[in-house]
Amino acid sequence: MSLVEPLERRAIISGIGQSAVGRRLNRSDLDLTVEACLEAIADAGLTRDDIDGLATYPGAGIGTGGFAGPGTPEVQDALRLNLSWHDGGSEGPAQMRALFAACLAVGAGLARHVLIYRTVTESTAQGTGGRQGIGASSEHEGEQSGLPRFSGFLQWYLPFGAVSAVNWIALVAKRRFHEFGLSREQLAYVALNGRKNAAYNPKAIYRDTMTLEDYLSARMISTPLCLYDCDAPCDGSTALVVSHVDYSPDTPQHPCHIHAIGTAIKGRPSWDQFDDMTTMAARDAAKSMWQRSDLGPADVQLAQLYDGFSVLALVWLEALGLCPVGESGLFVEGGDRIALDGALPLNTAGGQLSAGRLHGFGLLHEACVQLRHQAGERQVPGEPEVAVVSNGGGPLAGSVLLTR
Amino acid sequence: MTADGPPLRLLPRLDDTNRFFWTSGADGRLRFLRCQECLTYVHPPAPICPSCLGSKLTPDAVSGRATLHSYTVNHQQWIPGSQEYIIALVEIDEQEGLRLTTNLTACEPEEAAIGMAVEVVFALHDDVYLPLFRPLRRPKAPQSAPDQRGGPQKGKGR
Ligand SMILES: [Zn+2]
Repeated sequence: MSLVEPLERRAIISGIGQSAVGRRLNRSDLDLTVEACLEAIADAGLTRDDIDGLATYPGAGIGTGGFAGPGTPEVQDALRLNLSWHDGGSEGPAQMRALFAACLAVGAGLARHVLIYRTVTESTAQGTGGRQGIGASSEHEGEQSGLPRFSGFLQWYLPFGAVSAVNWIALVAKRRFHEFGLSREQLAYVALNGRKNAAYNPKAIYRDTMTLEDYLSARMISTPLCLYDCDAPCDGSTALVVSHVDYSPDTPQHPCHIHAIGTAIKGRPSWDQFDDMTTMAARDAAKSMWQRSDLGPADVQLAQLYDGFSVLALVWLEALGLCPVGESGLFVEGGDRIALDGALPLNTAGGQLSAGRLHGFGLLHEACVQLRHQAGERQVPGEPEVAVVSNGGGPLAGSVLLTR
Repeated sequence: MTADGPPLRLLPRLDDTNRFFWTSGADGRLRFLRCQECLTYVHPPAPICPSCLGSKLTPDAVSGRATLHSYTVNHQQWIPGSQEYIIALVEIDEQEGLRLTTNLTACEPEEAAIGMAVEVVFALHDDVYLPLFRPLRRPKAPQSAPDQRGGPQKGKGR
């Protein structure tokens, strides 16, 4: 624990909002974003005139169709915000970059109430065609054969048909099978747990019952990952208001305090050159978070861990010290420990596997709902006061410890 | 039958930095940039050596032998009609942590095993020699176990 109080403790999440979430909503990303933002602002007991900061991840124009959502200039203009500070971009501690930037801006006095959001319209963008590989939407000009050519990091993956994060993460999963004896029967419980919790989340994409049998018989995407190991593309926007802690007494809802943020990456920033392929950057982000806290893994009462692919939740469980290294498969097996009434409730709204790929921010939103004790049927018992949230996988990772 | 890779190869755009790597297979040899001061192999290509910050880096041939670090059988039809193919992560014998994402060829999924010895084989597409890897074909009476990493000069790069 450092001597100086971490700057992020000057920040709270004062308001939360979420648009409609679903498949092929056929609404524009800006439309969904405005819905989420207005809800978050009102929830914080503020008006748009109070908002003086704005941040998002990843900013406009990044990734394949429906991935990026609107950039901050569009949102600023739609809401006619007068900003003292603004930020958007894709490089940093995964999707949490926007949250962390907002915390630091508030702590540094650059802004008092920062609106942050993450919007996806991947379901509408994909139509009925399903998930695409990265090369599929390339706008690179062709060369000799008329096919697109690739520079930068993609050149090391695309020629070999490793065209999607599912392929890159499958290599992580397979390595875990080899090193730790992880099995599909264990991995299944990340998906099954999410599906069980999604039954109590009216906004979840998949709410039908799923059995171990269903999981094991699902079609393979990239071994050992099957369809149910991959999150569900959706349309939706999540927004949070990050305020200075001075505002705490005036929030209409119970605020969530930012206790510590995890931002580190010490290994090589690469999908295939990272020193330990079983952890990658989650290891470093989680460690740096605990170094900024006097709390420890035993204090965590619920976890919202990134499950863009099921195995990533296992990586995070170990990286955060919530179970011993190599034992996450055993930890989740059977599902009891991670159930709503278990020792460590996990992904209580269904996670991205069942609730939808809101890309990290859905997990942040749910952590706040739980710490406010407003989760209704899916509320974790015992009035929890400490939650951990993680975002990202591979060489992208960020985590945050939230307290009531 | 498992395919050697995707039916459509999305190729790298060659430039002065990566051309040596992607055309190295013309003479059947795999090459990496190597620091001439401390002998660290550097990949992907970079202007300086990450170990000693030296700037004398030149492409050096390696044995082409590697160890299967991880793999996945891709089933998803990113391109309609594609067959299953194996995406492999191999660690080059000459240096710990020096890896390539590639395809495992001439190998059925059930034969693949993490730790197995593999060797480079090149596939020419347009002007690009893609380094693929196949199970190492050993002479009779092999001297070492199949999962043992060989290589006379293991570097010390990160
Ligand atoms: Zn050197």
